Amino acid sequence: MELLHVGLAALGAGLAVLGAGVGVGKIGGSAMDAIARQPEASGKIQTAMIIAAALVEGVALFGVVAALLGVLTT
Amino acid sequence: MDLITPDFGLFFWQTIVFLVLIFVMAKFAWKPILGGINNREKSINDALASAEEARKEMQNLKADNEELLKEARAEKDAILKDARELKEKIIADAGEEAQAKADKIVKQANESIEREKKAAMAELKNQVATLSIEIAEKVVRKELSEEKKQHQLIDKMLDDVTLN
Amino acid sequence: MQPNLEPIILSRTGTMIAHKSFKIIVTLTLAFVLLPFFAFASANKVAEESEEKEFNPTDMIMHHIGDSHGWHFFGSGDNSVTLPLPVILWTDNGLVSFMSSEFHHDTEGHHIVEKDGQRFVNYHEDIYQLEEGVEAVEFDEEHHPLNASKPLDLSVTKNVAAMFLTVILMIWFFFGLASFHKKKAHAPKGFNNALEALVLFVRDEIARPQIGEKKYMKFMPFLLTVFFFIWITNLMGLLPGAANVTGNIAVTVSLGLFTLVLILVNGSKDYWKHTFWMPGIPTWVKPILAIVEGAGIFIKPIALMIRLFANITAGHIIILSLIGLIFILESHGVAGISVPFALFITILELLVAFLQAFIFTILSALFIGMAVEEHEHH
Repeated sequence: MELLHVGLAALGAGLAVLGAGVGVGKIGGSAMDAIARQPEASGKIQTAMIIAAALVEGVALFGVVAALLGVLTT
Repeated sequence: MDLITPDFGLFFWQTIVFLVLIFVMAKFAWKPILGGINNREKSINDALASAEEARKEMQNLKADNEELLKEARAEKDAILKDARELKEKIIADAGEEAQAKADKIVKQANESIEREKKAAMAELKNQVATLSIEIAEKVVRKELSEEKKQHQLIDKMLDDVTLN
Repeated sequence: MQPNLEPIILSRTGTMIAHKSFKIIVTLTLAFVLLPFFAFASANKVAEESEEKEFNPTDMIMHHIGDSHGWHFFGSGDNSVTLPLPVILWTDNGLVSFMSSEFHHDTEGHHIVEKDGQRFVNYHEDIYQLEEGVEAVEFDEEHHPLNASKPLDLSVTKNVAAMFLTVILMIWFFFGLASFHKKKAHAPKGFNNALEALVLFVRDEIARPQIGEKKYMKFMPFLLTVFFFIWITNLMGLLPGAANVTGNIAVTVSLGLFTLVLILVNGSKDYWKHTFWMPGIPTWVKPILAIVEGAGIFIKPIALMIRLFANITAGHIIILSLIGLIFILESHGVAGISVPFALFITILELLVAFLQAFIFTILSALFIGMAVEEHEHH
């Protein structure tokens, strides 16, 4: 039963990371496109990219921490 | 569970230490550093501005110089032109005067020549008249020595007169 | 697995990289990665010999990323080399303090320290005050102590000591730069110039664009302090034997609270209006939005603290896990693979150390900027 808990928590963490991976990937890809189109604005694009990626990553980390909470409280 | 439950002791220390750190750093580090950077940026900006001003002034000066030079050149040109005109005028005047003088001289010469010529002609006429009278005297004396010949002459002369 | 795989890979890496300074960096990083490996090796050996205890990667990792009352460098049991740190407890009878060395490296609750007639044990880095006549702590199923109480623990733990070290470093670095600025007007050279470039980075890339030209100066002390504190602590955490300060939730909760307080204190009238009574939308949506936005005020700093905590802790766990693989699989050959991987992750962590400091600071600046912004269209 405990193994199932841990397994589900790990799965949840994995799913959260999967979503964040797709999100951050898209952000990075779009930023690359934008920089290729407007190399002179690369500084601003990078800052915006990092902020957006950090926000997405934050949500994923919420998921991971929730999963960790699940593991540690069983 | 330790991992995600905040430990009060550490939280307490972190808050105290960080609060003190912010105030200490703000007063003794960030204020002088940011102030120094600000002052330096300001002085750099001022220096740049004054350099720009100096450059502009320089440009103005240069423009002024150029203007001055241009004026001087124009003046020089004007003076030269005047001089040239004057020269030409002088030359022209001198020429005219000389021409007039020459004309006058020529005229005078001509007049005197004419006069001489007239005098000479008059002399010549006188001489010719004298000569003619002399010759006529001689001829008449010879002709009139014989009577016949005298009559003949008178006749001829009368003929001539009537013919006329 | 061949046991001599590692030197081959290492020598190959060495010849491939021609640049001298880079070589030095690689060697140093390798040394840092390998050092804990040797420390674990000896620890493992001692443990095997004395108690024949099985290697438990979870315990090892939790021990390394967790806090402790002494600063343990290497060795185990009575042989370990540990910097003793003061234990400060607030008990019913007032403040009690003693050095952590009095526990004699015991974390299993066996060694009892008597002070002012009160008796304490260290059980898995939690200090318990035993009741009269009790020799050991006993727990119920919920892990509550049955015969002991838990006094308020204000000890200078390993993390607090590491925090002090960061503070000392920051004061050393920046007081130097400040004294330079007090004396001279031109740009500094060398290390001071690098520090100044970083200060300018925080000002021109983080504070100015996010908060705005008018108000950024007010928040510069906080942003600069938080940026350098997190960055230096992150980098120090990558050293072997160092504490995992920014990967501790208590520290990040505190840092997040600072941002929250700044937002709450400096929020402009417009900000509160836009949060709780958003203009320009139907009235029936306003309460719903007010709840969402109101929760958002608290979620923002919570996201900040979780992000920093999770990123740094995850980095440490990955490195420790890769090293731990050697002991789980009980083979030296694994080191040939896991050490280069750990090296790679460590180098990545150097980047993450900066990135997390940058993200924490820029997001704090962004949230503060949103709070202090005055809307001109009304």
